[in-house]
Amino acid sequence: MTDTVKHVGLPDERPPSNIVGPVAWLRNNLFNTWYNAILTVLVLLLLATAVPPFITWLFVTAHGFDATSQECRAGGGACWGFIGEKLRFILFGTFPYDEQWRPLLTIVIFIALLVGSCDRRFWKPWLGLVWAVGLTAVGILMWGGVFGLTPVENTLWGGLPLTLILSVIGLAVAFPAAILLALGRRSNMPAVKVLCVTYIELIRGVPLISLLFMASVMFPLFLPNGVSVDKLLRAQVAFIMFAAAYMAEAIRGGLQAIPKGQYEAADGLGLSYWQKMLKIILPQALAIAIPPLVNTFISFFKDTSLVIIIGLYDLLGAGKVALSDPSWRGFYRESYLFVGVIYWVFCFSMSKYSQKLERDLNRSHRR
Amino acid sequence: MKSELLAAAAAAVVVTVAAGAGAATLDTVKQRGFVQCGVNAGLPGFGNPDSAGNWTGLDVDFCRAVAVAVFNDPNKIKFTPLSAQQRFPAIQSGEVDLLSRNTTVTLTRDTSVGLNFAPVTYYDGQGFMVNKKLGVKSAKELNGATVCVQSGTTTELNLADYFRANNMSYNPVVIESNDEVNAAYFAGRCDVLTTDVSGLAGTRAGVAPVPDDHVILPEVISKEPLAPAVRHGDDQWFDIVKWTVNVTIQAEEFGINSKNVDEFVNSKNPDIQRFLGTSPGMGKALGLDEKYAYNVIKKAGNYGEIFDRNVGPGTPLKLERGLNALWTKGGLQYSAPFR
Repeated sequence: MTDTVKHVGLPDERPPSNIVGPVAWLRNNLFNTWYNAILTVLVLLLLATAVPPFITWLFVTAHGFDATSQECRAGGGACWGFIGEKLRFILFGTFPYDEQWRPLLTIVIFIALLVGSCDRRFWKPWLGLVWAVGLTAVGILMWGGVFGLTPVENTLWGGLPLTLILSVIGLAVAFPAAILLALGRRSNMPAVKVLCVTYIELIRGVPLISLLFMASVMFPLFLPNGVSVDKLLRAQVAFIMFAAAYMAEAIRGGLQAIPKGQYEAADGLGLSYWQKMLKIILPQALAIAIPPLVNTFISFFKDTSLVIIIGLYDLLGAGKVALSDPSWRGFYRESYLFVGVIYWVFCFSMSKYSQKLERDLNRSHRR
Repeated sequence: MKSELLAAAAAAVVVTVAAGAGAATLDTVKQRGFVQCGVNAGLPGFGNPDSAGNWTGLDVDFCRAVAVAVFNDPNKIKFTPLSAQQRFPAIQSGEVDLLSRNTTVTLTRDTSVGLNFAPVTYYDGQGFMVNKKLGVKSAKELNGATVCVQSGTTTELNLADYFRANNMSYNPVVIESNDEVNAAYFAGRCDVLTTDVSGLAGTRAGVAPVPDDHVILPEVISKEPLAPAVRHGDDQWFDIVKWTVNVTIQAEEFGINSKNVDEFVNSKNPDIQRFLGTSPGMGKALGLDEKYAYNVIKKAGNYGEIFDRNVGPGTPLKLERGLNALWTKGGLQYSAPFR
């Protein structure tokens, strides 16, 4: 028989309500000082004046997706009839109307590839193959000309597929280039170093818009008469050059954050330069560089909208051009809001995923 | 993955080499099988894609008219949407055969930019729109007004010139985007909105909450004759574009349109016989089919039809013919004779 000692105490009491609970939370976070209290009240007032009319405009007095422009102009809130009428133009641009299942499928493939690549279990060599197959499928779908698909010139591409093509292919090509540039910039070989520094500083020193102008306006003038290089390709190359320079600097930041001991240890093990970089330095450096890299990704995704100035209709451009239909002028709030939501969904997912990735990869030195 | 991407990028390199430099544009176009036309990327009524992505507009229809003149098919054409900055390099470098993009004819564009302008397809000019409540009847009464104007256009310069010339002062509200300029005006941020009269009329008809609240003042402070253009150095192609525009104007003068053109084929009038190619000569002189004028009228319509279907009173833009009426009706549209 064993004696068991039973500790009997008073039951735990709830902490007083001025320490936990919603009232305490309000006190501690929103009304902890007199100036915070004033700010809280001001912000609440602002929200109270701005939000209800916005909600009313958005839903209550809004016209449905089948409304005509005359009905909308007669008064009321948001005109979702504009989106109903122009949805396909905004999403697919001037792609031939009867063939628009192709860009739709392209969007699906891109999203599937991106979502699939986010899962670390799939980070295997065959993922590269999957991407190659996916991108080939995208190419076939968009260009056509095989398997009985009507050929569609890339001057007719537009909307979301164009935005995705420019940004995803742009980033995918620019990323390896950026790693090489970052390594080159920290190289001991003077020629390589000077080349990389010059490239990075030159590209970072000019606005993206001027690169696009160079690619689309200046470049054709240097070519002999009658020879032309595809307009979309010129823009894509300009984007890749720009993204590579910016990402190179983000990666260089990561490289510099790796303690010298890591380099020396790798050298001490007798690893070659590439072994050292691929197995020791880059995995750590890239993990550190995730926040600035994602920052670059997000801004780059949105920067693709600058192609409007060279006459390509990306998502934002298509939303803008949809407004130039004489019978649907003036519904720019609806158009920009719709496009903005699509951009937001993509950028927010990128940001959320990067936070998760950062937690997973940086366990060793979480701060 | 990188090598595959590079391969994909290499496959994407589409370098098109047209027939040797200096070849006649007409031959290049015929060999290629379509006309490449530079248009506005989105100007209501002049060049804009509709909901299904098909190009429509006054400028677009003149491109189609040229395609009909060459191929007898309004669909043998491809459109390149061009921004204001892109348009001249695009025509200079041969990226497009024809620039039909609400381009104002000016001396420097005709000379140093290297363009040849076809007859004017739309006579425009800069004007002012004000709210009726202000009771303003003339632009001369606008001293001290706040004026909404789009930046980086000749509009802004014309505005400054006009007020200086008339010893008046004004506060400019300069905004880059056309939509936002309109929004600023309708939100009451300025008293006056200025841009081309066609743009003002379109804005009043299409964007204003109550169109009748706004009035366009009678003063037109600049001349903006808009015309299609080709590059220097190919007179035959220039002639084709020029005489295609003239066909549409002359047809309206003769009273010929796309619906009744067949009735005129057997006309006894020698002018009309020459014009429609019943008695040959005109088409051959241009290097085109003898019936090119008939085809253009049949498939693209006469000037009045093109105007009415894109910008006329029956469209949301509700523009009046005004200066663009035929010379016989007090306007400026006038074709040189076909003989």
